[in-house]
Amino acid sequence: MLLSVENLSVQIGKVEPLSDISFAVDRGQILGLVGESGSGKSLTALAIAGLLPLIGGRISAGAVRFDGTDLAPLPEAALRPYRGKRIAFVTQNPMTALDPVQRIGEQVDVVARLHLGLSRQAARARTIDLLTRMRIPEAATICDAYPHQLSGGMKQRIVIAMALTGAPDLIIADEPTTALDVTVQAQIIHILGQLVREDNLGLVLITHDMGVVAQVCDRVAVLYAGRLAELRPVTDLFARPAHPYTAALIDCIPRQDMAPGSLTGIAGIVPSVASYPAGCRFHPRCDRADAACRDGQPGLLPLATGGGFACHHPLEQQNG
Amino acid sequence: MAEPLLQADKLTKRFETGGGFLAKPRSMLAVRGVSLTIARGEVLGVVGESGCGKSTLARLVLRLIEPTSGQVRFDGQALTGLPPGDLRRLRRRMAMVFQDPYASLDPRFTLTDVLSEPFAVQREVPPPGRIDQLLGQVGLSAAMATSYPHQLSGGQRQRAGIARALAQAPDFIVLDEPTASLDVSIQAQIIGLLSDLRRDLGLTYLFISHDLGLVRYFCDRIMVMYLGAVAEILPRRDARPRHPYTVALMDSNFTPDPSQRQTLQALGGEIPSAFDLPGGCAFAGRCPRATEECRLSDPQLTEIAPGHPVACFHPL
Repeated sequence: MLLSVENLSVQIGKVEPLSDISFAVDRGQILGLVGESGSGKSLTALAIAGLLPLIGGRISAGAVRFDGTDLAPLPEAALRPYRGKRIAFVTQNPMTALDPVQRIGEQVDVVARLHLGLSRQAARARTIDLLTRMRIPEAATICDAYPHQLSGGMKQRIVIAMALTGAPDLIIADEPTTALDVTVQAQIIHILGQLVREDNLGLVLITHDMGVVAQVCDRVAVLYAGRLAELRPVTDLFARPAHPYTAALIDCIPRQDMAPGSLTGIAGIVPSVASYPAGCRFHPRCDRADAACRDGQPGLLPLATGGGFACHHPLEQQNG
Repeated sequence: MAEPLLQADKLTKRFETGGGFLAKPRSMLAVRGVSLTIARGEVLGVVGESGCGKSTLARLVLRLIEPTSGQVRFDGQALTGLPPGDLRRLRRRMAMVFQDPYASLDPRFTLTDVLSEPFAVQREVPPPGRIDQLLGQVGLSAAMATSYPHQLSGGQRQRAGIARALAQAPDFIVLDEPTASLDVSIQAQIIGLLSDLRRDLGLTYLFISHDLGLVRYFCDRIMVMYLGAVAEILPRRDARPRHPYTVALMDSNFTPDPSQRQTLQALGGEIPSAFDLPGGCAFAGRCPRATEECRLSDPQLTEIAPGHPVACFHPL
């Protein structure tokens, strides 16, 4: 397994916003990490990257095993050969991920010079190569441009090129298309899928768009209020969701064949870290909840078809 | 068909920019000759990518900005050229819900202040109990009347924005991407609320979005815009699209069903700059069906089936 996150818990000050998260992703696979805002998706990404100290947090339990090594206990200096080189990031907003006063080429070159020790010329050649691969026309000219001269989709492709510069084994993409138009989103998702197949990379794709998940992911981890609700292969997840939260999330996507008025959403909001309810954290919003859900946090129950779910009253799992 | 509630005729808006000491002034056509009608009780959807002019169109329709040319009629009365006093009185009957519920509520206003503002504009005070009633209509508790926006979640803020639009009991509401900055679960709640309000209050909506999936769920008719002009108007939400751009938009919309994986025919190329529109059809540069004819002349909107106009030389 390329990356396996095992019973990961994160602590920030006195609160524990993320508890007991487990999932794994192998080379050539895309794992979707989904959930509403505030469910802990981005925090999971920061934990994998060892970036929690930036926001005053730390891994309080569990392991982040990358290619056999547990990254969780490693000090900052020991993480450097991994971060940005073997594990690369694509962030949500390409407008803020690029330095506005530095030319595109210089920003991408620096990654190859730092991580691969390439000379100025060799780094530039690699940059032009990667930009061309991202289907950026006239890559050599674009290297001399500043970010403000480019469209959002173009900038996001440059951020992906930058992530690829160190020849990573794993990419973590945190809502890479949320800020983009639908046609551009389709282009970017297409490019990411192609990279995973051709370069045999692992990809953790963080998104709240179940449409994107259905189209490209192999496995899906559904997070709710800092806990894992369900972890399944993508076809099972959509065909037979076990957790009521997963089913509700799928039903939030408007489809043309829905009867008017049938789109109702999930009543209520994700609780904040300070006010996580006792028992199952989803119970105040769940129409299947009873006393058992208010009293006890359900553990992750395995499914015969792979994966598992954390619910006292799961939706029926018929065969076939 | 009865007289439409709203009718816009060949609306055009040109923006001028630049023109400094050395810089040459430049102009762009944000909206190019757009005509539309909305029947009473109807929901007309407007879709397109960023920069296609859909928000400018929304503002033109309410006359929040002046058109460069063209006309808007609301319930038989011309909005364009109406003196300010008359316009303000007519504005009671129309309202707008904005995209960003974080930016469209004054952080120093309580919800009572926010909901009193539409009355203040008309030099009135809200009737007793009206604020509570408005909060109730959008599913907020009366106790929230004294809350400030920062105390509310994104979904609650957008509900407040909708309550503000309802304050003067309008007939017509322009919804400018009301759910674009919200989570899907909250988006679904807000869309559910808008459906209920439409049914209960007999509202007419102009619904602007970049999400064709959402528009095809929520709207009766759908207008597709590309670079300031209408590409196609779908007469029903389930109508088969005929313009290659509409087809591309639909293909870019991911179906939430892993058993129906789309072979992504991602649209290549970039949207041309509105400052520098290509000659001919504006979509020709990205269109798989484009021919010489498309690059030379601009196709006009023509009815391809009853109530289904398409601006394309080679429709599907």
